[in-house]
Amino acid sequence: MHSSEHSAHHPALAHHFQDLDQQKDATWLAMWVFLGTEIMFFGGLFLAYVIYRSSYPDAFAIASNALNVNMGLGNTFVLIISSFTMAMSVYSAQMAQTGRLVVFLILTLVLGCTFLSVKYFEYKDKFDSHLVPGRHFDFAHHHDPKTGAILEGAHGGSANTESTSHEAGHSEKARREIQIFFSLYFAMTGLHAFHMIIGAGLLIWLIVSSMKGRFSKEYNSPVELVGLYWHFVDIVWIFLFPLLYLIGRHHHG
Amino acid sequence: MSDDHSKHHIVQPTTYATILGALLLFTVLTYYVAFIDLGVLSNFVAMGIAVTKGSLVVLFFMHIFYSTRLLWVVVAGSFGWLGLMLVLTLGDYITRHWDIQHRIFF
Repeated sequence: MHSSEHSAHHPALAHHFQDLDQQKDATWLAMWVFLGTEIMFFGGLFLAYVIYRSSYPDAFAIASNALNVNMGLGNTFVLIISSFTMAMSVYSAQMAQTGRLVVFLILTLVLGCTFLSVKYFEYKDKFDSHLVPGRHFDFAHHHDPKTGAILEGAHGGSANTESTSHEAGHSEKARREIQIFFSLYFAMTGLHAFHMIIGAGLLIWLIVSSMKGRFSKEYNSPVELVGLYWHFVDIVWIFLFPLLYLIGRHHHG
Repeated sequence: MSDDHSKHHIVQPTTYATILGALLLFTVLTYYVAFIDLGVLSNFVAMGIAVTKGSLVVLFFMHIFYSTRLLWVVVAGSFGWLGLMLVLTLGDYITRHWDIQHRIFF
């Protein structure tokens, strides 16, 4: 436990702030301005997704069904729980419970690494199945993981809407459209995973800092701000999961 | 500065646990509803659930519910700009081919 005896001249109070409250308000504002740029960063990709999906709805539905929905769902649970443990880290820091702070930070880090491990196996499967856009892309022999049916065959019967891609999975046109989905899948989940890796690095730094007793009731801004960052990455995934994994499910369910 | 009570609200673990429960429930809901064919409504339901989940995270996990008005404005502005970018760009794309029956997914 840290005493609050040096709240008047707290070592963490930078000289250009009047007090720790003012300093905290400033850091929160700065963090949210940064997160505003992050929203636009991901926003561009979401915009590209919306435009291409509205242009090629059937190709996107077929391609989406080739993703492993159970891994996506599991990872959603992992990330949401990690957001909770991160929030509990912030609470522990604010209450100056250093022991619990370290435990919750380590839990958050473990859950974050679990998410990234699952993502690794998903990516590996996509590489093995020739679902990475490029010269070796091959969707023609891809099987629906749920029904075992070849997706291009199932397409004609189940997703027979007035689309621009009614020639089904065997045409060169559909091949290109499905690759657009996978390009967006790798760009969006890749950028998201990159943020997770940075977040994991920040968590390691926080764990070391809190074990050194750097944080107290008065000063815990680094924990709070990394928390904001971690929750933001969670929000991105909350949108990625339905948009990438779930859009075609009712065609084959 | 001798005011002992901080003006910053400390969110309680019970609040965090409640939000966690709600987020897990909404995740299960969005998963099962995806297997039901609701036509164009599917997208509204999926995005409605995602926006609800995102709002819960912003308001409680990220403490915006308890924050200063300045922060409210910055957060609303950030998402507002995103909305502006989406709406204006889509307005352009959607109105390019009025003559062709264009399926818009939401």
